[in-house]
Amino acid sequence: MSAKEIVVISGKGGTGKTSLSASFAYLEGKNTIVADCDVDAANMHLLLGADFEKQEDFYSGEVAFINEDCCINCGKCKEVCRFDAINVIDNQHRVDNISCEGCWYCSRVCPTGAIEMKTQKVGDLYVSNIKKESKMVHAKLGFGAENSGKLVAKVKTKAKEEAAKLNKRYIVTDGSPGVGCPVISSLSGANLVVLVTEATVSGLHDLKRVQKLLKTFSLKAVCIINKYDLNQKITDEIENYLKGEDIVVVAKLPYDETFTKALSEAKPIVEYDSDCDLAKSVKDSWKKIKNILGDV
Amino acid sequence: MKILFTAKGDSWDSLVDPRFGRAEMFVLYDEDKDELQTISNDEAKEKAHGVGLQSAKKVLEAGADVIITGNGAGEKALEILKKSDIKVYVGAGDMSLRDAYEASKKGELKVQF
Amino acid sequence: MKLTIASGKGGTGKTTVSTNLASYLSQNRDVILCDLDVEEPNSKLFLKTALKNEEIFNKMVPSWVSEDCTLCGECGKNCNFNAIIALPSEILVYPELCHSCYACSELCPTGSLPMKPQKIGVIREYETKKFIFIEGRLDLGQEMAVPLIGGTIKYAEEKFKDSFMIFDAPPGTSCPVIEASKDSDFVILITESTPFGLNDLVLAVETMRVLKKNFGVVINRHGIGDDRVEEYCKKENIPVISKIKNDKEVATLYSKGELVYPHIEHFKNSIKEIANFVEGIK
Repeated sequence: MSAKEIVVISGKGGTGKTSLSASFAYLEGKNTIVADCDVDAANMHLLLGADFEKQEDFYSGEVAFINEDCCINCGKCKEVCRFDAINVIDNQHRVDNISCEGCWYCSRVCPTGAIEMKTQKVGDLYVSNIKKESKMVHAKLGFGAENSGKLVAKVKTKAKEEAAKLNKRYIVTDGSPGVGCPVISSLSGANLVVLVTEATVSGLHDLKRVQKLLKTFSLKAVCIINKYDLNQKITDEIENYLKGEDIVVVAKLPYDETFTKALSEAKPIVEYDSDCDLAKSVKDSWKKIKNILGDV
Repeated sequence: MKILFTAKGDSWDSLVDPRFGRAEMFVLYDEDKDELQTISNDEAKEKAHGVGLQSAKKVLEAGADVIITGNGAGEKALEILKKSDIKVYVGAGDMSLRDAYEASKKGELKVQF
Repeated sequence: MKLTIASGKGGTGKTTVSTNLASYLSQNRDVILCDLDVEEPNSKLFLKTALKNEEIFNKMVPSWVSEDCTLCGECGKNCNFNAIIALPSEILVYPELCHSCYACSELCPTGSLPMKPQKIGVIREYETKKFIFIEGRLDLGQEMAVPLIGGTIKYAEEKFKDSFMIFDAPPGTSCPVIEASKDSDFVILITESTPFGLNDLVLAVETMRVLKKNFGVVINRHGIGDDRVEEYCKKENIPVISKIKNDKEVATLYSKGELVYPHIEHFKNSIKEIANFVEGIK
């Protein structure tokens, strides 16, 4: 039976998405593979003690390269480039790698065929051993690379492969923040989505935006409200909103600096202090999540 | 009839690739000639976006009457496929090409479109 | 003066600092605050605003005109992004995949793909009692934030030349942050002193160094976590402009969508520190 995937997303940054994903992964231990899809600013590896055992180069898109030997400096390339990526430096037309969009237009119009489109290494993919005899797939996007969702897709594919190979029951995926392509890619194939929000006006605002996105994919979701006691009024608003959207709240976690203390020691809360109230609530919510998935 | 499989390999024992756009390759079975032909998907599957669209175009160009796949084609790719009389069968993911073909003949596969 | 407020990690306090700083600075000068987190623009929640102007933001995409088209299929071959599918009987355009390079349009032998504007978002200009607030908001389902970020900056610069501008950047370290920072005079990186904060600060610093930007750090929620960020900044010769004390009261005010500095003295002092630093930059 193929592994069930739980994707944790939040829209807004800083709500506790990664801390919670790490806790779920820690609780489930060797039954699970972890996928960290936040490739722009990956963080899970810090909490789960990743060893970066295996590394793979990741390629995507191309960048134009002008071969100076063939170039006659006619300027046709600069004329057609819409991204201001071609400039004359020291009397030679050159491509600015950061601005180049990889559209190939210049290479198509160059009269001497002096422009070559080169594939770019834009990141690294890793498979690590982590705490509790589990494994994690994660990645780092290189500087200035477009976060198209493709590296995220690669992380997910690798995670599914590892889960199948090692016969794991679950995949816990830490999704990307925001509402763009990387998030959409994180969500692909999810069996259940966990929305993490916080009891603030920003939290509610971003929750609504992310939920609009989820609806277009008909994905089942549950919600965790973090820092709920910071603002009871907003918590009530959030709960009302979720009720209207048919989304169950599996936990309301209080504003508690134990979370951050655990973070500072690079431990998920359930490892840092497994008996504190916060940890108990997190354990409870994980049980509920598994229940909803159809297992216990 | 020409039947196109999204496939992980090029023989009857190979498994159906559940993906459409990013399938490892396509295998076209010509029932009249009883021939299997491999169609590469190498170029398309590595692109960042719009992969399904190119695959849909390739499938149409190959003259397929039926597609057998796993998860199905995405929304945009389907729009393109709907412009022809092509039938898309899903649910064959990770079956062998042979088993998937038999299943389709017996009406055991779901029709996506 | 163009100041960008950025961070590697989300949720460190960019919006809290930029809205409070804009409000504080506007006591003595004209300030323009721009929210460039176009996927999730939040700053407006903290301000009492009146809408002054709204502009649709477009990107240019090809549009097929069939009359003179010979269906040669060149356009499909010229598009590297799969945004054009040339079928035997028609040309299909997928604007969401288009990067607006114009190759298909300009290389079409019959001129059958003129470029037309397509809405991807909105730029809104608001008045608050004390300063101008400009927000870029990307339509849901649009993938490309960078053009709208650039467009919002351009709007602000054209309308309010030479004003003191604060750009609230999106989180992260990739293209959107680069777009929000590349033409600024100074970048303030907001972080917190935890392993996540430091990890993402290092990435953000790397980005700023490649862009050759002058930058400094503000440590938010100081008191939780430890000294690791300060140690790192000392080692790397990065100025720590201010350390904002960790205080649940700040979080409570934030949760209600209120500005903080009018109510909390130590927070006001931190904002003053940042303001003094910024005004001293030349």
